[in-house]
Amino acid sequence: MALLDRLTDPVVVRGLYQVAAATVLAAVVIGISSLRDLGLERELGGSFVRGFVQVIAMGALIGALFAIPLAYSGLLLAAMVCYAAWESHKRGDGVPHAFRISILALGLGSAVVIVTMVAAGAIERTVRNLVPVGGMIIANAMKTNSLTLDRFQSEVESNREEIEAVLALGVPPERAISEFVTESVRASLIPVVDAMRTLGLVYIPGMMSGMILGGANPIYAAEYQFVIMGMIFAAGGLTSMTASLLLGRAAFTDAAQLRRFESSDPTLLGTLRSLR
Amino acid sequence: MTDVRADDLRYEIDGERILDGVSLDVGSGETMAIVGPSGAGKSSLLRLLNRLDEPTGGTVHLDGTDYRTIDPQELRKRVGLVPQDPALRSGTVRENVTIGPRLRGETVSEERLANLLDAVGLAGYADRTTSDLSGGEAQRVAIARTVINDPEVILLDEPTASLDSAAEVEVERLLADLLASGERTAVLVTHDERQAERLADRVARLDDGRIVDVGRPKEVIA
Repeated sequence: MALLDRLTDPVVVRGLYQVAAATVLAAVVIGISSLRDLGLERELGGSFVRGFVQVIAMGALIGALFAIPLAYSGLLLAAMVCYAAWESHKRGDGVPHAFRISILALGLGSAVVIVTMVAAGAIERTVRNLVPVGGMIIANAMKTNSLTLDRFQSEVESNREEIEAVLALGVPPERAISEFVTESVRASLIPVVDAMRTLGLVYIPGMMSGMILGGANPIYAAEYQFVIMGMIFAAGGLTSMTASLLLGRAAFTDAAQLRRFESSDPTLLGTLRSLR
Repeated sequence: MTDVRADDLRYEIDGERILDGVSLDVGSGETMAIVGPSGAGKSSLLRLLNRLDEPTGGTVHLDGTDYRTIDPQELRKRVGLVPQDPALRSGTVRENVTIGPRLRGETVSEERLANLLDAVGLAGYADRTTSDLSGGEAQRVAIARTVINDPEVILLDEPTASLDSAAEVEVERLLADLLASGERTAVLVTHDERQAERLADRVARLDDGRIVDVGRPKEVIA
């Protein structure tokens, strides 16, 4: 009953108009993609629809979610990390052990930040605080991980001859590839660094605006927003550093040979098998 | 002085046979040329000798030692490969020529670098940027980059294939000097049979992943 009441709430109906407006804008982007033959329509449209369905489902369930015992929120966050790693690893098409590396990098980056901030009291020990803030940190770490994988894959593929020319001289593999690993880390951190640079000047984040509109002290809202940005910054940095370190190793065989990146259409089953 | 013996080397990619049981003896100080049509597996053979790829079957012996028992980095220092494409990094000639020792944490004296650049005909080029080099100059840098390791065996993959005829003559002269001393064992891959005749002590003809003929240049090349 509660769910039905929520669905017929006038504010939900009004929200639908806003969704429609956002959909029109997305349709424009997809239309331009189609006109310019970019071939991105499926990916753009699919992600848009999927995001909508998922967030509405989350909205419908979140009340129930907040009622779970605190101990389970750890499990929920772990599941989020796994799913984020699954989505993210597809960005490194053909990169050896991309899924395993994504799980480790995202898990480490998010866990260190979440645990530290919970210990410091910046994240309350309540499900309604831990799950959304944790989810936000994981989502941002995923973005960094995806960018790291994507860049690493293209750097190695386009510089394969250079890497092998140096490898053939008896250079340790991690040194032969380090320039390209560094480039992947740098590129993956551009959004986080730019967001920090423009924080307050161009980028006035939603959470801070919401807190101020909700009557919080603007200075405290700003402080808390900075804490959030710091968490995103740290989680992204740790994720990218971990991912790049592991990628740099996974790219080579035991005999220090640069592996071929064989692209595949990853299936869940196949990937789970590869974890063994 | 090192001899190289390929022993029934096999190599496959995705089930496609690239090398099909190649056995080849290259004596200490000898220059062996590998000739054959494109796609015969010549470059793949060189990559296996440097262990840039892993043989699907068979192995290589270096002075009688199975090369799989040698640390790959040590092996590649001893058996240096000059790739067909120099694939230089952006930066100076000095940075590129010394990249091997540098990335292994070793230092190269200015004197050694100068002597080496002189030997490959690039005296005074140390501070030039690689983007300003001609094809022939870039190839010389690639040769110097491998020779700086003082390898016992040098593998040359089509060293003049991408050069114009003037540069080809010059690079070939450099190779002739490099190989004539007989101090190094060399395997030279080339599609140019005349070049094989001019530079090699013996020639092996590779066709469809197999050695079909080995002998003195005059015996193999009609």
